Amino acid sequence: MKKLSARRRHPLAALVVLLFALAVTGGLYAAFSPSEAKADDSSAQSLAIEEGKKLYAVGCATCHGTGGQGTSDGPSLVGVGSAAVDFQVGTGRMPAQQPGAQVPKKKKIYSDAEIEQLAAYIASLGAGPVTPTKSQYSPDGADVAKGGELFRTNCAQCHNFGGKGGALTNGKYAPALDGVSPKHLYEAMQTGPQNMPSFPDTVMPEKNKQDIIAYLDTVNSDKSKSPGGLELGGLGPVSEGLFGWIFGMGAMIVLTIWVAARTAKAKKS
Amino acid sequence: MSSHEISEAEEKLPEARGAESAVRPVDDPFADPGLPPHEHRKQDIDERAAKRSERTVALLFTVSMVATIAFIAAYVAIPVDRYIYVFPIGHISALNFALGVTLGIALFTIGAGAVHWARTLMSDEEIADERHPIEASPEVKSKVLEEFHTGAKESGFGRRKLARNTLFGALALVPLSGIVLLRDLGPLPGTKLRHTKWARGKRLMNYNTMQPLRPEDISVGSLTFAMPEGMSEDQHDFQTEIAKAALMLVRLQPENIKDKRELDWSHEGIVAFSKICTHVGCPINLYEQQTHHVLCPCHQSTFDLSDGGRVIFGPAGHALPQLRIRANDQGYLEAMGDFPEPVGPAYWERG
Repeated sequence: MKKLSARRRHPLAALVVLLFALAVTGGLYAAFSPSEAKADDSSAQSLAIEEGKKLYAVGCATCHGTGGQGTSDGPSLVGVGSAAVDFQVGTGRMPAQQPGAQVPKKKKIYSDAEIEQLAAYIASLGAGPVTPTKSQYSPDGADVAKGGELFRTNCAQCHNFGGKGGALTNGKYAPALDGVSPKHLYEAMQTGPQNMPSFPDTVMPEKNKQDIIAYLDTVNSDKSKSPGGLELGGLGPVSEGLFGWIFGMGAMIVLTIWVAARTAKAKKS
Repeated sequence: MSSHEISEAEEKLPEARGAESAVRPVDDPFADPGLPPHEHRKQDIDERAAKRSERTVALLFTVSMVATIAFIAAYVAIPVDRYIYVFPIGHISALNFALGVTLGIALFTIGAGAVHWARTLMSDEEIADERHPIEASPEVKSKVLEEFHTGAKESGFGRRKLARNTLFGALALVPLSGIVLLRDLGPLPGTKLRHTKWARGKRLMNYNTMQPLRPEDISVGSLTFAMPEGMSEDQHDFQTEIAKAALMLVRLQPENIKDKRELDWSHEGIVAFSKICTHVGCPINLYEQQTHHVLCPCHQSTFDLSDGGRVIFGPAGHALPQLRIRANDQGYLEAMGDFPEPVGPAYWERG
């Protein structure tokens, strides 16, 4: 200390002090600035949650309760995760139009930004499946054949072999999967909307879900090929035969009656 | 009805009808009215119309010929893997579409041409053909009967009773040889319908990944399919065995399980049920996670998985068999034995 004190009047002392002060200030700034950025981030998140809470209070709280705890009219949303919100609101199922056996898909009411805010709020209520990213649900490079196998094991019982849907009990039904986006397919498998069971990653890994999406993309999209055309939902030869009998033969009978009813006589009576 | 309306209706009747009805009731109400007078077609009167009809028929047949040639050309020219877009049908195989359309036209125009020919050009004169009895004359009948009786007497069928009765015996026994051959349809089933590949200590393998399942993998509301450890699809009897051993796993909140045995046989609310319907053995896994019901797609039998797999609707005769499971000391789910009863449809010696 004595050494330092002795040199305090050195001509370069002022310069050293200045450099030292600059270094400390800069260091302090460097130490504090990232944490400030982090604070900004979390405030954006909490803003989204705040906005989502407002939207929730207006649009959802009537059935799902003011804190998402659920009422007799709607299930609890604690722990359903942002993926469930993105599916239900993104496909227009929620907000529901009326109570009933099943809430159908309809035109979506909230904008994508609003859905994100709602999802942020619901996700803040309890941990649950997170909205998947494109790399998770994109069917590019997935195994279509394996997807078909998985679809027949896990999904075909309700949604049918070609994803055309089918009836369940008491007015419930498995919807047709035509034109459902890969993201919503992924979210449905992950969260199990309404009466559909969920297929979480622990029993059906991400890769399997991509395979299933790739299979549906191949057999059940606008661009999927059908060798015979007009496949009547791919329900099999019994339904096709029944259709042939009723409508094909029916049309032939109508044609026969029409031919016989028109007289060939010169004098029409 | 006013007299004015009556007269108006009578005006529309054909002239002949009024005269007939005046006579008929008097002599015979069921008199044969005979055929109405023959009316000619345009083609019968006008040769040019007939020519036009002939040309129409010929055109239809020619179109058929052209369509048949187009069919052959399409078969030769269009590659099997080309797909085209046709508006209401979608993306369809070009070959199938071309073959269907050309063959359809070829067949339809033959039919249409034939119908048009028959209706406009072939004779349409009505002909009455009197019915006549179909029985033979009495002389023929008596001669045939007489010959039959003579033949029966000469054969000694009624007198030689030993020969007759042994013939009956031989004829009755011959079909038995056919029945015995049915034994070749396969070995008797034995007790194999009562057992599956499940046994004590066999781990539950995830059907999707073929990895052993842990309790924490299975969440409430999910549906998982499992097979016994040690089975793989390349085994020659895989299909036979999985048809009995297929298993579905769901997790319920333990307080939602109404049946005490089901609760005892579950592991932390995870219950394992046979996937084979007890009615006629369809795979049954249309699981509704909110009601805990599974529905069979074949005949709508519905089972309540929160109440011991009880049948709540449909033709199934008894509850779905449950597999008793637990977690072993490495934390994997394993079976504690086989199903307690035969899985699948009822059969006569079940139990």
